[in-house]
Amino acid sequence: MVELLRVAWAIAAKDVLLEFRSRTAFVSALVFTALVLAIFNFARDPTAVSALDLAPGILWITFTFAAMLGLNRAFGLERENRALDGLLLSPASRTAIYLGKVLANLVFVGSVEAIALPLFALFFNVPVLPVLGPMVLVIALATLGFVAVGTLMSSMAVNTRLAELMLPVLLLPFLVPPVTSAVQITARLFAGRPFSEVGAWLRLLVGYDIIFVAACILFFESTIEE
Amino acid sequence: MTPIESAERALRRSAVWILVSLLLLAGVYVRALVFTPAEMVQGLAQKIFYIHAPSAWVAFLAFGIVGVTSIVYLLLKDPRADLFAASSAEVGMVFTTEVLITGPIWGKTIWGTWWTWDARLTLTLFLWFVMLAYLVLRSAVHEPGQRARYSAVLGILGALLVPFIHVSVYLFRTLHPLPVVLKPGRPTLPGSMLVTLVCAFLTFTLFFGALLWHRYALARLTDARAHADAERADA
Repeated sequence: MVELLRVAWAIAAKDVLLEFRSRTAFVSALVFTALVLAIFNFARDPTAVSALDLAPGILWITFTFAAMLGLNRAFGLERENRALDGLLLSPASRTAIYLGKVLANLVFVGSVEAIALPLFALFFNVPVLPVLGPMVLVIALATLGFVAVGTLMSSMAVNTRLAELMLPVLLLPFLVPPVTSAVQITARLFAGRPFSEVGAWLRLLVGYDIIFVAACILFFESTIEE
Repeated sequence: MTPIESAERALRRSAVWILVSLLLLAGVYVRALVFTPAEMVQGLAQKIFYIHAPSAWVAFLAFGIVGVTSIVYLLLKDPRADLFAASSAEVGMVFTTEVLITGPIWGKTIWGTWWTWDARLTLTLFLWFVMLAYLVLRSAVHEPGQRARYSAVLGILGALLVPFIHVSVYLFRTLHPLPVVLKPGRPTLPGSMLVTLVCAFLTFTLFFGALLWHRYALARLTDARAHADAERADA
């Protein structure tokens, strides 16, 4: 178990270091996120719809798009020079490879979200600070869910003919439960409702995370075995 | 018997069953239109029920079969399980599309709108998207072993996803109640309508089975031919 996590950590550290040295994907994801947030401002009539009504949806659509950019490159990276073969030949177990990739993607998506959230609060004048604690919890849970599924889908999508196009087709239906719950919880938090009101959605989110993280660990092997 | 011959025989036999179920389907329709009383409030519009509801049942059945055969494939690595799952997804896709076409036609007349984000409707739409993703994924992978593994994983995850979407759309609806007039209640069906409905369900299930068998035979035939060609090229 400890060995597994150590190997997973090494793989994640490799990916994060690669990204940290070049920063191309991270910077593009950030610019993309800022642009999406800015463009959404023109999608509403400010005299008719208050920013607070649209804010939760905008936040989560932005996060979803940003995550998609990060996930697409998770295995695209390994495709160059057939680096994945090297990884598979190493004594690292398949589970460790998967967990490492999930970890690296979580760091990537989490960093983008950490910068996008204040930007979102600024652009849409949403009081994020008073509900920061619960907000971070919801973002963490939803992000874990869709990064876990997204990493698995990405490992399949890179080997198809349409690679970048294939990931959204495969992944978006799977984002319905986590993103719907996250939007509903976020909306209630921003509206100042008590946290107890979101119990059902929170249970759905946690249940999704448990089932899909377990299923993805179980099935990842089948997507890369040769 | 060579694999090609056996597949060809299955193809012919299933074609007969498709014809039989089409005749039965016509029979069900005669019964539904002529011998079943019109519904009091909805009138003739309700007749689409006898296509809509059985198609929905078959759509979910097909999806269930994809999930189960995908598990079988991952456990046994038997290419026949993969072909069967693919056939079920393809035939299921047709029936799911049928649900999504007949639904709005009925909805426009009775609910007054082509589309509404009703829980069951939304669930069917996402079922359709997952099936579509499954078929698109299959078409985008060439190597048969890899295609089978990928689609099996997607098939199982899709089957796991459906209950979650079901819960999300119901939670979504109960928190934002729709006007109740949009949704006709579930009346306890009077006897003659119930008999027609049961006949329709059975006929649709038979029709689905025949189409699935036919599609599977076709897949086997394609496979057997490809093998024979490869062997001839080797020789």
